[in-house]
Amino acid sequence: MSQLTNFTKGLLKENPVFVLLLGLCPTLGVTTTAFNGLGMGLATTFVLVMSNMVVSLVKSGIPDKVRIPAFIVIIASFVTVVELTMQAYLPSLFESLGLFIPLIVVNCVVLGRAEAFASKNNVGSSIIDGLGMGIGFSLALTLLGAIREFLGTGEVFGLQIFDSSYGMIVFILNPGAFIVLGYLILVVNRLNKA
Amino acid sequence: MANKKESTFINMVVALLIVTLVAATTLGFVYEFTKAPIALAKLNKKLNAIKLVVPEFTNNPDSIKYEIPVEGGLPVMAYPAYNNEELVGTAIETYTMKGFSGLIKLMVGLAPDGTIHSVSVLEHKETPGLGTHMSDEWYINQYKGKNPGTDNLKVKKDMGEIDAITAATISSRAFSDAVQKAYDAYVNYNIEPESAVVDSTLNTQKEGGENESAN
Repeated sequence: MSQLTNFTKGLLKENPVFVLLLGLCPTLGVTTTAFNGLGMGLATTFVLVMSNMVVSLVKSGIPDKVRIPAFIVIIASFVTVVELTMQAYLPSLFESLGLFIPLIVVNCVVLGRAEAFASKNNVGSSIIDGLGMGIGFSLALTLLGAIREFLGTGEVFGLQIFDSSYGMIVFILNPGAFIVLGYLILVVNRLNKA
Repeated sequence: MANKKESTFINMVVALLIVTLVAATTLGFVYEFTKAPIALAKLNKKLNAIKLVVPEFTNNPDSIKYEIPVEGGLPVMAYPAYNNEELVGTAIETYTMKGFSGLIKLMVGLAPDGTIHSVSVLEHKETPGLGTHMSDEWYINQYKGKNPGTDNLKVKKDMGEIDAITAATISSRAFSDAVQKAYDAYVNYNIEPESAVVDSTLNTQKEGGENESAN
């Protein structure tokens, strides 16, 4: 597999949200606005790239039977690094993402890529895979957040497009997340088949 | 693939030990490194919130804060603001559990006589696009200059004076509840012999009762 396809597969063909359907809990939970979606996506991307890199570096030193606990410790460490750094330098984003930051630990995109890709490939490919998957995840979350924010409040990234009194409240609430995600999966899968 | 270490007991213990040791050391360093900025960010946030809700002050309200017990709940924190020895206002960090998604924390600035100077929102989990409008200027302006002792802070639906946020009456009710709690705590703590204050305490106690039945 060339490095380019390695990178681009995460964007559309194997998009973690729309195609692999991984990590749906934070996807549905934080995407009430485009900004939250983007913030969550970038935090996850950082964890994905770093954990993919480290897992791929240490893979030969880790016996098979304890690889999952070892990967989880590595992932959890990076999540904590993100959490502390965000709390220190981006306190407002940290507040709006709140509980979902520590939950990156159990985001199956991260462990999934560590197990399925990084533990079998070299460091370079693993970093690129993590980057592609992370950006695909961020794109999906930002898109989902933007659509929900737009339909629900008439804003995109806080920019007013139509008056918020015409907004459809359901799209900001939980059912709206499922509705929008369903249609997005439909569109992406149609595109992938074409 | 490089040849893996065999899953013998020793190998497993050593591998996990090394992984956890390195992880713990890294986290220790990151924690030390970010401890000061995190504390600073928190303090700045608090001071900014206090600045928003009381007139200009010269002291550090955080250094002379005091707790006021609240009946049937957690205490609220009061930050007195002095401008050259003169008490210009007290910022009360108040809360309510009646929000649409639970906890809402507000900073309420009260003038020494209990009149609301301003309010700012510290923390909430309300629905974006609905309850989040509680941070909007038009909504908070309704509370400015009111004295919860003499003005009825409830939303119009509950015969009060506050225009509720469209489609977020519960958030608006919760907001009023938190402001009222700040005022009640402040007045109870600083019971002054003025007749007006005695009157208003009676009033607020009555209102508090109605509030609960209305909810």
